[in-house]
Amino acid sequence: MRVGEELRPLEVPITRTLIVAGALASRDYQDVHHDPEAARAKGSPDVFMNILTTNGLVGRYITDHFGPTAVLRKVAIRLGAPNHPGDTMVLRGTVETVDGDTAVVRVLGENGRGRHVTGTVTVTVPEGERDVRTGGGAG
Amino acid sequence: MDEVAVDDAWAARLKAYEGRPAAVAGVGRDPVNAPMIRHWCEAMGDTNPAYTGPGAIAPPTMLQAWTMGGLGGHTSRARAYEELLALLDEAGCTAVVATDCEQEYVRPLRPGDEVAFDSVIESVSERKTTRLGTGYFVTTRTDVRVDGELAGTHRFRILKYAPAHRKPKERRPRPVINRDNAGFWDGVREHRLLIQRCTACATLRFPWLPGCSTCGAPEWDTVEASGEGTVFSYVVMHHPPFPAFTASDHAADAAGPYAVALVELAEGVRMVSNVVGVPYDKVRIGMPVRLEFRRYDEELVLPVFQGVAA
Repeated sequence: MRVGEELRPLEVPITRTLIVAGALASRDYQDVHHDPEAARAKGSPDVFMNILTTNGLVGRYITDHFGPTAVLRKVAIRLGAPNHPGDTMVLRGTVETVDGDTAVVRVLGENGRGRHVTGTVTVTVPEGERDVRTGGGAG
Repeated sequence: MDEVAVDDAWAARLKAYEGRPAAVAGVGRDPVNAPMIRHWCEAMGDTNPAYTGPGAIAPPTMLQAWTMGGLGGHTSRARAYEELLALLDEAGCTAVVATDCEQEYVRPLRPGDEVAFDSVIESVSERKTTRLGTGYFVTTRTDVRVDGELAGTHRFRILKYAPAHRKPKERRPRPVINRDNAGFWDGVREHRLLIQRCTACATLRFPWLPGCSTCGAPEWDTVEASGEGTVFSYVVMHHPPFPAFTASDHAADAAGPYAVALVELAEGVRMVSNVVGVPYDKVRIGMPVRLEFRRYDEELVLPVFQGVAA
């Protein structure tokens, strides 16, 4: 872990299935995440990904990179452009600060509409266990 | 009360909810469990081995999922929070979207953990206008505990808003069809561009007219255009903006400039149409174009010309 280290980008195809599966796995039954008609009535062109799924994808992106011993301490995200079916979101990350075995990674997820998610993740990767990591499989 | 006083009273009424509870003595619908963890990991495509097998932990980002009411609804929601949401509903802010999520994880959650939570309304924003509509940001903070011990905190911001009224898509003007030009529009319906030909002197004419401008004869038949042509002349319309003429070539509802071309067909006649597939500022005299029929709405198909790359 070093300041400025860039994580390999993760390309996430935004399918209707991912949006609905993510909403249900997070127990979010808001109609805008599974019912296109209801989404349109509320001013959106189609269903869109819920924030809990985005949060889960950001967490996965970080642990994919730092491996199974990585411990998530904090995930803070802000949503911008929605993720609609047919979009492709590319997650990117840069290590912003390192304090001992803990790093803050700045994360950006963009799709064709703009910035879907911006935020930071604080992650601890225990010393000595870093060599045995099996992560880095993002892609 | 005047309008300002009414606004102030409303703002104060919303502000009064800050610090009041959003959920009291909430209990997770299910204990932390392996099946829900698996469903989550499958949805996210998360193959982290830390989330499976003996000693598994739940993905930390699931924190909020354990507190969700699901289809059964939120049984622990505090009256203050219900009131605030109802108040915003009454103000027309019936739609909701989450904008921020900030989670801190104090200890991992494991299958079998029984989750308890309390939530407080941290802030209610002033009225904000966003792309989605006008509304209020409401921020709550939830403390999640297991056996009385803090496992994580979860700060969540939603926008309660009145959906912006979407203008119906602007439509192109309808063609005026009469007995002199009906044959032309019959051809368009069949995706054929028909040119009139005088049966007396064989002169081609376009647009369609009742008689031949060369010999005056009223009799005619038609020749189908091959579809090849070149830009004979063009203008670029900048003002006034007219979304119906540009929306199909630009982002939704964009009303930018567009090119109107006088196209000389291979058969020699000229017609006014649009050049598509080429940015308006790249259209040039002499540019080769090819006929294409485009559907603009459920009842309107028009012949337009696709610019052909040099």
